[in-house]
Amino acid sequence: MTEDPSTIGCAAFQAQLPELIGSGVDIGTHPHIQTCAVCRALLADLEAIAEAARQLLPIVEPPDDLWKQIESKIKDEESSSKQG
Amino acid sequence: MVGNVAEAEDLTQEAFLQLHRKIDSFRGDSAFSTWLHRLAINVVLMHLRKKGLSLISLDEAMEPTLEEGPGRSFGAPDLTLAGSIDRLALQRAVANLPAGYRLIFILHDIEGYEHNEIASMLECSIGNSKSQLHKARLKLRDALRTYPRQEERR
Repeated sequence: MTEDPSTIGCAAFQAQLPELIGSGVDIGTHPHIQTCAVCRALLADLEAIAEAARQLLPIVEPPDDLWKQIESKIKDEESSSKQG
Repeated sequence: MVGNVAEAEDLTQEAFLQLHRKIDSFRGDSAFSTWLHRLAINVVLMHLRKKGLSLISLDEAMEPTLEEGPGRSFGAPDLTLAGSIDRLALQRAVANLPAGYRLIFILHDIEGYEHNEIASMLECSIGNSKSQLHKARLKLRDALRTYPRQEERR
């Protein structure tokens, strides 16, 4: 059975993607990306997801009484360890 | 990371209790903030494991599976997401990620940690961190590509 060379190219390229993306190299200049619309679309999507994620940092302030609860638990632990 | 404010508060409390118990073991090998963050991450990981959530093992093999491998992305190049990611849809998709993928995605893509920092915090290899992040993004891509169709049905 003869495998489609373009499929092999995509599979090999996509297997390298985690390392390529993680290394920070300019993947846009990679020969495979220059010729493959499918992998170009995939890369564009992954970059768009990473870009959109930067806007997602949730800023949730803890409630005012959380530190009092923590302080109280620490005191409880200290007193029980002194008794033990 | 846990997707629930009440749980997050409980875990914050637990992290500070752990800090109080373990502060003597801080040797100054790393910045205190790094040490505290790692301690907090461990509290979250232990919590997720106790809950039996689908925490993907950080030792997971790097080999792609049939379900998650590269071949899954072949075809349909017209369904590109670029420039049209809905913030709410992304939030939902992140919340629905398996816990292990969500953890690395949040640490890297949302909180801005580098792979070497994540590897150190989670005691996994840098390659594993890159691989898990990539799989997380692929899962998000799949989820986001189906999102408009789900919305159209409403």
